[in-house]
Amino acid sequence: MSTQITNFSRNGVSDWLVQRATAVICAVYAIVLVGYLLLTPEITYQQWKDLFSHTGMQIFTLITLLAICAHAWIGMWTTGTDYLRVHTMGEGADRVRFIYQIICILVLFVYLTWGFKILWGSA
Amino acid sequence: MLVSLYRYNPDKDSEPYMQDIDLEVPAGKDLMVLDVLELLKEGDATVSYRRSCREGVCGSDGMNMNGKNGLACMTPISEVVKSDKLTLRPLPGLPVIRDLVVDMEQFYNQYKKIDPFLINDELPPGKERLQSPEDREKLDGLYECILCACCSTSCPTFWWNPDKFIGPAGLLQAYRFLADSRDTATEERLLKLEDPFSIFRCRGIMNCVSVCPKNLNPTKAIGHIRNMLLERAV
Ligand code: SF4
Repeated sequence: MSTQITNFSRNGVSDWLVQRATAVICAVYAIVLVGYLLLTPEITYQQWKDLFSHTGMQIFTLITLLAICAHAWIGMWTTGTDYLRVHTMGEGADRVRFIYQIICILVLFVYLTWGFKILWGSA
Repeated sequence: MLVSLYRYNPDKDSEPYMQDIDLEVPAGKDLMVLDVLELLKEGDATVSYRRSCREGVCGSDGMNMNGKNGLACMTPISEVVKSDKLTLRPLPGLPVIRDLVVDMEQFYNQYKKIDPFLINDELPPGKERLQSPEDREKLDGLYECILCACCSTSCPTFWWNPDKFIGPAGLLQAYRFLADSRDTATEERLLKLEDPFSIFRCRGIMNCVSVCPKNLNPTKAIGHIRNMLLERAV
């Protein structure tokens, strides 16, 4: 049986809004980054480092990382409660889904802390 | 014409199987799929299916014909038969009782959840609760649903979560009462729908729209409800 207990918000409206808003943040970040790559003819290590030492870029990157975590969690939670179910994999599905959810959370946590370290670790 | 028919009699068969039957179709006539079933039943009285009005009003003979849900009584064989073969299966996703007869309980349970009746806590006027023609118009495309279940049983989200996702048919009816100017339970109705499953599991793939024999548009109704929920939230 799948319940909404493991979904943090337990509310479809906020999930829906968060998923859309975070998608926009990720899209804008991707556009900014691709734009930077296209507009900068030759990128040196120093330039790249300067870009990410800029406070504005650091905040933007952190917001994007948080957005990715929220976006991915809602998506993965939804996918898990659709497909990792008794009707697709038989008995034991609930346990598999729980482990899957823990793995998702761990991976996202690693993304976040690693990103954090990359941004501020060497500064 | 070759008819491949889903057969299952739980008293006799350990599992369902497909029975191939060669059927002589009267020439010069475009039969409905229901007529084909009647012909099959003449040859084998154990062939089971539901039917009643035979004109698309009762919604009893919803089934899967060559891979697409629809009403057998309203579907001409010229529309579905390909290379002289017709495959008939029960509506997907629901437990099969026998042959093409499915157990609709899950479907009706979801319908029940949306309180499919007018709620008005104001004192009733002397005669009847009136509605302007404009307000009445808002119910067009909603009230015509015959609960045939063709839409909900073509929806993968309903297959995966039939106990929690209301499904297109139930949501179309939910909006039918949300849109009714005489109904005063809007808040209570919306409150019941805001969890992550009831409506938000809809991914908008529009299978429901493509199969509805009444040409209704549950996806659009779902969009309206979602907007109502969002407006209320922000
Ligand atoms: S919306 Fe259409 S397909 Fe769905 S139950 Fe109603 S009539 Fe049938």
